[in-house]
Parts: sequence; structure tokens; C-alpha cells
Amino acid sequence: MSTGEKALGSVANYVDERTGAAAWMKKNLNKVFPDHWSFMLGEVTLYSFIILLLSGTFLTFWFDPSQREVLYEGEYQPLNGLKMSAAYASTLHISFDIRGGLLMRQIHHWAALLFMAAMIAHLLRIFFTGAFRKPREFNWIIGVGLVTLGIVEGFLGYSLPDDLLSGTGIRIAEAILQAIPVVGTYLAFFAFGGAFPGEAFIPRIFTVHVLLLPGIFLALITVHLMLVWYQKHTQFPGPGRTEKNVVGYSLMPIYMAKAGGFFFIVFGVTAFLSTVASINPIWLYGPYTPGQISAGSQPDWYMGWLDGLVRMSPPIETHAFGHTISWNILIPGLIVPGILFTGMALYPFIESWLTGDKREHHLLDRPRNVPNRTALGAMSLTFIVVTVINGGNDIIATNFSLTINQIMWASRIGIFVLPPLAFVITKRLCLSLQRADRDLVLHGKESGTLLRLPHGEFVEVHQPLNAHETFALTQHEQKPALVLPTFDDHGVKRPRAMLNKWRTRMSSAVSEQIQKPTPDDMKEIEHH
Amino acid sequence: MSREVAPLSDPGLPDHVHRKADTDPIAEKKAERQVALFFAFSALGTILFIYSYLFIHHDLFIFIPILGSTNAHQLFLGLGLTCSLLFIGMGAVHWAKYLMPDNEVIAHRHEFRSPENERADFIATVKEGAAASGLGRRSIIKRSLALSMGLVGLSPLLLLRDLGPLPEKQLETTSWKTGTRLVTDPGNRPIKPADLEVGAVAQVLPELVEGQERILNNIGKDAVLLIRLRPEEFQLSPERLSWTHEGIIAFSKICSHMGCAVALYEQQTKHLLCPCHQSTFDVPRAAKVIFGPAARPLPQLAITLDSEGYLIAKQPFTEPVGPSFWERSS
Repeated sequence: MSTGEKALGSVANYVDERTGAAAWMKKNLNKVFPDHWSFMLGEVTLYSFIILLLSGTFLTFWFDPSQREVLYEGEYQPLNGLKMSAAYASTLHISFDIRGGLLMRQIHHWAALLFMAAMIAHLLRIFFTGAFRKPREFNWIIGVGLVTLGIVEGFLGYSLPDDLLSGTGIRIAEAILQAIPVVGTYLAFFAFGGAFPGEAFIPRIFTVHVLLLPGIFLALITVHLMLVWYQKHTQFPGPGRTEKNVVGYSLMPIYMAKAGGFFFIVFGVTAFLSTVASINPIWLYGPYTPGQISAGSQPDWYMGWLDGLVRMSPPIETHAFGHTISWNILIPGLIVPGILFTGMALYPFIESWLTGDKREHHLLDRPRNVPNRTALGAMSLTFIVVTVINGGNDIIATNFSLTINQIMWASRIGIFVLPPLAFVITKRLCLSLQRADRDLVLHGKESGTLLRLPHGEFVEVHQPLNAHETFALTQHEQKPALVLPTFDDHGVKRPRAMLNKWRTRMSSAVSEQIQKPTPDDMKEIEHH
Repeated sequence: MSREVAPLSDPGLPDHVHRKADTDPIAEKKAERQVALFFAFSALGTILFIYSYLFIHHDLFIFIPILGSTNAHQLFLGLGLTCSLLFIGMGAVHWAKYLMPDNEVIAHRHEFRSPENERADFIATVKEGAAASGLGRRSIIKRSLALSMGLVGLSPLLLLRDLGPLPEKQLETTSWKTGTRLVTDPGNRPIKPADLEVGAVAQVLPELVEGQERILNNIGKDAVLLIRLRPEEFQLSPERLSWTHEGIIAFSKICSHMGCAVALYEQQTKHLLCPCHQSTFDVPRAAKVIFGPAARPLPQLAITLDSEGYLIAKQPFTEPVGPSFWERSS
């Protein structure tokens, strides 16, 4: 036994003598986690969050969250002698006077983009593989909450430097607040401590950005991870993997080394990006003033869909009884996002209501085996992609020699036409892939060997799949659609006939499948 | 041809395939050296970081292919940090993948649903507790509790009241008064019609009263664009035409959609475009919206000349400038 092992052993001894945690620690150190590359997406999110906490703390040491007007006299010559807010001046100070300050700013911004990207990718993985099903519905809802907060936190973060670009973003946020019927004007005046821009907003969002939201994040992430720990990770189906077991590697030492090492890899990649790829060069934008703007104003990518929605909205306002309702802001800015996020949060319950499936699920779905859900995901993604494209319509117009009008109209039509089209195409693709799986199981895979029969015909020899491969392609369940007869078992007429009719119709759409090979099919081909 | 395939019976985990390092001591030694090498690279990265921080001057620029002229201080600081972090991670992952045991372990799941008797006990406990509190019977307590719980949230909500003043008429007024001179921004110089050629555009603000400072809140409402066309190009109502002077027309620069500065003027088409959401306004037709999400034209400021020949506002704006709000009446 090496000295290192001995030392760790005595640490374990020391801890147990003071906590009695030996049994609990042993169980958790031997905790088994299944392995799949897509399970890293959540990890990337967590590690970017830690990077954000570290780099963000560094930035607060010099950042002055104040809109007090100061005269800039610093290292960056082009802005010397200009009046600006203390927030903007201190951001310049961090970028040009503090060694490593620019690197940390870049790391903070890149980590924020990566945080959102990894979080969305993780969400898509959970959605398309059905990992949100019972018993993990609460973790799904926490996840949807984290995405929502992430968008807000990111927006507040890039608003803090008070440069011309971010000030324009705040102006738009103020207009959205102001558009809320009845209370909007009051909300805007309370949030900004008076008329826009005032001098209160940056100090206030600073507190929200560095204290309130990170606190909520920490709490939610802790619960999110504790639930993953307690409920055990889901696993992809395959031979030897069942609803009753977890096949993988133990925490100590494999995942300690892998996950711990992966944190450093994520941090290292973020540092590399921050070294070679400039992001948010606020010194080029200049300080904020409401009378100026630069062409090509773009939010960070995770806000792009919202901006795209606002851009494509038709110019509708209602003026009645001395009041104004701005539908052109309310619909894209509040109503559509509200419907999207509520629908997303409720989806696990909607699906289980349509399938009538109330059982626990720990084996993941292959997306093709659940065509309807996969198609719905593709449809939502298409919706978002159209809005993101329209959110960058000015940039696309200049780069591809199009007019903004063409892109705007293409998006306005596309937002209604393309998502349903994506649904239909994806569903057909899934069913085709199921058919291909069925063929593969029944006829084997192509071997590349051609055989010439005595009468001259050429045939290709197909190689049968082995038992493991066959199992992987046939293990999934194909549940029939819900049947809700008008009269129940006791001969009593079910209430809510319309709803039931709709539910059974949706359920039969959800359960549309290509029949997977049965044992009988398999027996039959054995006799070929 | 015959084969044994049972599609619905689980053949169990595939056989474990050993890695080279598991069986070959030379491969094992090699993997060990690779891990050590990664960690050594990390140490070198940290040294590079320290060196760049202390000794590379922050003004030193060097030429790097692809990146171009690059600040050496920033570059090597970043590369040092990158190496010191990345190689620790690569070493650890390499170690786990090639040297630590890779046998798959099977753990069993427990069902989350408790056994029936425990569930019954639990439900009974909850019911007993509820009964013991007597909440069901004591309706006066129930109602008064509901009342107090309903009201208790009001205090913290009310505490937020002093976050800002009431809006009053602030959104409906600007600094423009009858006779206010238009001055350039920047520069604060009064303007004569001759200063603007046909096709030109200028940003103006109201002249400051002695001792007054220009604050952002006012710029956010007062910013105005002057555009000079040929008088015959206007397609305006007689009233609006009388608000122009020698082909010079003045609009609020604050977008009627979401308040961005409407800064892009296209001389050929005489369109004003807001870079935020691409609302497009037709200048000859009193900034009528011809494209995009804005629902109202930009408010027009009536201008004329004072006795010294400088441009002044004929009257204040006749409608609120900037984005819509609930109390706005038109």
C-alpha cells in the first residue's frame, strides 16, 4: 500500500469517527453512473456555472455599478476626456488597466454563452430521449426554470457595462415593461426609479445579477443534482440494461477523475476561446446615450429568438377609451414566450395524459421510437430557428445581399408554415427509420458479398444480426393508443365526451408506430 | 439458414473487452507516462501565465498568423491559463480512461413508491395531523388564517413602492417649448436653414437654459432629427406642411415602437430606418410607417424661424414621443 493510499485511509477514518458517515459515504462513493457522451451536456452547464461564479467574483472587485457621470481619463486613448457612467468607465478600467482583467471579462462572457448553449443542448437531450418522464417531472420543471432564469441573468449581465449596445437593450426591455396594460408605466417607473434611463437601474440590476439570481441558481442547481443523485441517472437501453438496474462506472475513482478532469477541460476551452476570440468589445461601442445607436445592434444569441419575434410582429396597436394596448410588443414580447415556456414546463404531464402512462421510466427512448414527441421537438426547434434568423435579419441582409423586407416576409410566412412542415417530415422520418430497423432485424445487414446463383442471378448475402444487436433494436415498447369507451365498466356514461374524444384522437396520433418484429416474425425467418 | 434470435429476451451485457493497458505492461507504462506528460504541460502553462503577468509589457504587440497583430501580454496570459487548466483535465481523463478499472458495474434501482403498508401509515399520519389541528372543524380559524396569509404579502410589496416616483405626465412632455431653439448635438450651436443642404440630416436637441445640464433622461425624450428635402417632395397635409420650413422637417428621433434611436436615413428613398427592429418611416409622408413592427409615425415637431433667423420650435410636440404606454390616448 502506498503512502497516498494510507493517508486517504486515515482521512476516511478521521471523518467517520466524527460523523459516523462510513456506510453512507461508502454507498455514495460506489454510486454507479451510466456512460454516454450526451450525459456530459448537463456537466458542461454546471462547470460553466462554476466558471461564471469564479470569473464574476473577480470582476466585482473593480466594477463600479453606478450611473453617476464621470470624465474618463484612462489607458484607452480614443475615449479619453469623454463623459460616461462610472459603470462604463470601470469596465474600461478592468479591460485596459487590470492585468488579466480583459481575459476574465472575456472568460465571463464566453462562459455565459456556453452556459446557455450547454443548458439548451441538455434540455434537448432530456426532451428527445424522454428523460423527463415519471419520476423526473419535477427536475424537468426546475430545468425549465433554470433556462428562464439563465436568459434573464445573461441579459442583466451584458447590460451592466452601460455601453451603447447594452443600453439599447435596456431601452427595449423598458419598452416591454411599459407595454403591459394598466400597470406597465408604473412598473417601468418603479424599475428605473423614474423616467428612462435614470441613474438607478444599473445599481439595481447589479444586485439582482450578482446576488439574487445566483443565489436562486445555486439553490435550484443543488436540488436538481440531488434529485439526479437520489433518483439515479437514466440510461440508454441495450442488452443487460433494464428499468431495474443502472449499468456504468462507479463514482470513485472513475467519475471523480473523469468529471473532475472534465471541469478543467471546460475551463481550459473557455480560456482558449477567451484568448483568441474577442467578445463584447465595449470600448468600440462607446458609452450609452439614448440619442445614439449603432447599426447591426444584436443581442446575445439566447435572446435572438425574442428579438426576432418582436421584429416580425405586425404593426398593431389598439387605441380605445383613452388607452393604448401595444399588441406589436405584447404578443411577441410576453404572450408567445409565456405560452412557449408554460407549454414546455407542462409537457411531461401532457404526454402522460395522452399516453395514459403513469409508470416509472429509467430507460431512455431512442427518438425514432417516439415519432410524435420527436416531431414536436423538431417543430419547436424550427419555430425558434425561424425567429433567430429573423432576429439577425439586418446582419443576414448585408452578408447575403438580400433586403430586410425579403427576410422579414419569409420569416412572417415561415413561422406559420415551416414548424408544421418540420413536424410532418420528422414524424415520417422517424417511421422510416423504424422501418429500416425492422428490415435490419428481419433481413440482417448487407455484407458486401455478392453471390451468383446457378441460373445467373446475383444476390447479396445478408448477415444476420447477433443477439445483442437484435435486442437493442427490438427492446422498446410499443403501446397501443388509449381507448376511452363512452360508457365505463359500470355502464356509466363518461363525463366530458368532447375532451375524451379529442384525447383518444391525440393518443392514437402519439402511438403511431411501425410494428417491430415479433418473436413469431423471427421464428418465421429462421425457417427461410 | 437457421439462427437463434429471441428479440424479446435480453441476452445480457456483452462480454468485456480488455484494453491494451490492462494486459500489456508496456502499454500500461506508456499510458502512465502520457498522463504524467499532460500534468507536466499544465505546470508549464502556469509558468507561462506567471511570466506573462509579470514580464510581458501590456503594450507589446506581435504578429501572429491568422490572428494578425496581437497584444502579446493578453495572448500569452490567456494561453498560459488555457494550458494550465486544459492539461490537468486531459491528464485526469486520460488516466481514468486508460489506467483505472473499466469494468462496468451493475447497481440496482429501488422503487420510489413505498410499500403499501408504509404508504397507508404515512397517509394516516397526515390525516391524523390535520385532524389534530382541527382545521377542518374550526372554520373561523381557517378563514381568519386565510385572510392574514392573503394580506401578509402586501407589506413587502408595498415596501417596493418607493422604488420610483409615479409617472404623472413625464412620458407625455419633453423639453421642447414654443420658441425653443434647435441646437446641434454635439456642439450646442443654433442652426440656420442655410446650414443644412438638401438631402442632409442632422441631430438636434433643445437649447439649454443658462446653468442647465444636459442629462440622459432629457436626451431620451428630446432627441430630434432634422431632414432637408426639396419642398415639392413633401406629401403632407396643409397643417403638417406648415410645420416644416423651407423643406426642413423635424421628427422625434426616439422610435415610436420601442424607443431606440431612429438613426439610419436613406437619402435615395427618403426612408428612416430603426436599427433595432427595422421599422421604416417615409419622411415625405410625415414619417408614415411603411414597414416593420412600429404602429405609429414618428411624432413631428413644428419648426419655424426666430427674429435672428435661427430654427426654433413653433410649439411643443403635440403627442407623446417614444414607445406606447397604457395611459397614452392616441
